[in-house]
Amino acid sequence: MESTFLDSTELVLNMGPQHPSTHGVLRVILKLDGEKVIGTECVIGYLHRGVEKISENRTYQMFTPYVDRLDYVAAVSNGLGYCLAVEKLLNVEAPPRAQTVRVILTELNRIASHLVWLGTHALDVGAITPLFYTFRERELIMNIFEKYCGARLTTHAFRIGGLQYELYDGFEEEVKQFCDVFLPKVDEYEQLLTENRIWVARLKNVGILSAEDCKAYGVTGPVLRASGVKWDLRKAKPYSGYEQYEFDIPTGENGDSYDRYMVRMAEMRQSVRIIRQAVARIPEGPIMAKLPKVIKPPVGEVYVSIEAPKGELGYFVVSDGSTQPYRVRVRPPSFVNLQALDKMARGGLVADMVVIIGTLDIVLGEVDR
Amino acid sequence: MRKFLRTVFLIDLLEGLLVTFRSQHPRNICTEQYPAQRPKVAERYRGAPRLNINPETGETLCIACNLCALACPEALIVVSSERNEQTRRKELTTFTYDTSRCMFCGLCEDACPVDALELTQDFELASYSREGAIWDRQMLEEGPKPTQYKF
Repeated sequence: MESTFLDSTELVLNMGPQHPSTHGVLRVILKLDGEKVIGTECVIGYLHRGVEKISENRTYQMFTPYVDRLDYVAAVSNGLGYCLAVEKLLNVEAPPRAQTVRVILTELNRIASHLVWLGTHALDVGAITPLFYTFRERELIMNIFEKYCGARLTTHAFRIGGLQYELYDGFEEEVKQFCDVFLPKVDEYEQLLTENRIWVARLKNVGILSAEDCKAYGVTGPVLRASGVKWDLRKAKPYSGYEQYEFDIPTGENGDSYDRYMVRMAEMRQSVRIIRQAVARIPEGPIMAKLPKVIKPPVGEVYVSIEAPKGELGYFVVSDGSTQPYRVRVRPPSFVNLQALDKMARGGLVADMVVIIGTLDIVLGEVDR
Repeated sequence: MRKFLRTVFLIDLLEGLLVTFRSQHPRNICTEQYPAQRPKVAERYRGAPRLNINPETGETLCIACNLCALACPEALIVVSSERNEQTRRKELTTFTYDTSRCMFCGLCEDACPVDALELTQDFELASYSREGAIWDRQMLEEGPKPTQYKF
């Protein structure tokens, strides 16, 4: 009998770059056997803007607004990483007041990032309601950012050596009020999702990643912690005075999508804990370290990594002694975490692909840079 | 047993619905009806650039020092000046600001030594042409004039 195309068991399917659930412009080439995924290949680069190359012909201060555009839902964290890297290169440290404010803003940004993740991830899975609620709370954070530094998304909140803007009147009260409002809302999201049978069925035992695989792929952030590895750079290599704050590192057990959801929910609560401690002890003093107007770091190279909402965000800055960096290499968490996609998706169903991409919490601005 | 009963009586779904219905109260509506209801942006908002003038004399505050142009990462500010032979001071002739490439980072504002260049609370910067996004000195001093709608 003549063979027809119907006999073929393998099917190659293109997912993205225009797929709404790939969180941007990720293209995944799926190799399918019926409904089963037997292989994936990621095609990235649709959002490549050459940020690392741009850094080579900008001065150190000029480059700070560009790093906000890497992971645009967590712009403050990106700015912190870059500023810390250049500060280490210059061998200066931000004053204590600036450090505390930095911690507050980055933790607020972590909550904002996780809220975007929760809303969009739930939307991918089919629960539309959480999106409206998470964005409602995110709006409060955006308002704080807007009042503090004048921008909502690409904030450009930090400068090399400290902060540009002094706190506005009522900042502490507003942040405290946000913490009080926010904690019951997290319970509300949990009420919507945690025990919901559809949510549990879609997420439990989907995209399992063992601790060994996580380490092998270099996966960091909530994805790593959901696999049971207690690794958080805020504890392991404290920066910006994180050693002064009390907080726990939430971990999961199975390393499936449901655990990653639970870890991120717990992280939001821990962030509120850190913010409350930090707001209570904002020291007085200057907000900017003493730096010359023209920043000319000595020849050398430095690697600084911070715990961004999505994982380890590292900056490798090489200085040749001029006013412009010789090279800035960004180690984006999303890019590294995306490697594990194939491992997680293999053997699963096509419908699970959306869940797995969502649970990795990737931002394509960061993957492509 | 408890779990079984919760499953049978759809408790998990009803709990979620409870949250949804609690949010139906008009007090909990937080959507902004944008063109009808205009948002009040923060005082420090970085929006449309403005070149400040002295309100009494109408003269520009800009001293044509070119620091904003040097601070701009996108190099979108062009300042030109000429020397006034009588007062022996630099005077501003033209000031061009390309808002189409601006990312509103605020570095120009920080660099300005006399608070002449400022990013204001105006956020409606749309124009019908690409040329319209390049603002000259007059436009920078007067600010954008967005269409006002009546409802």
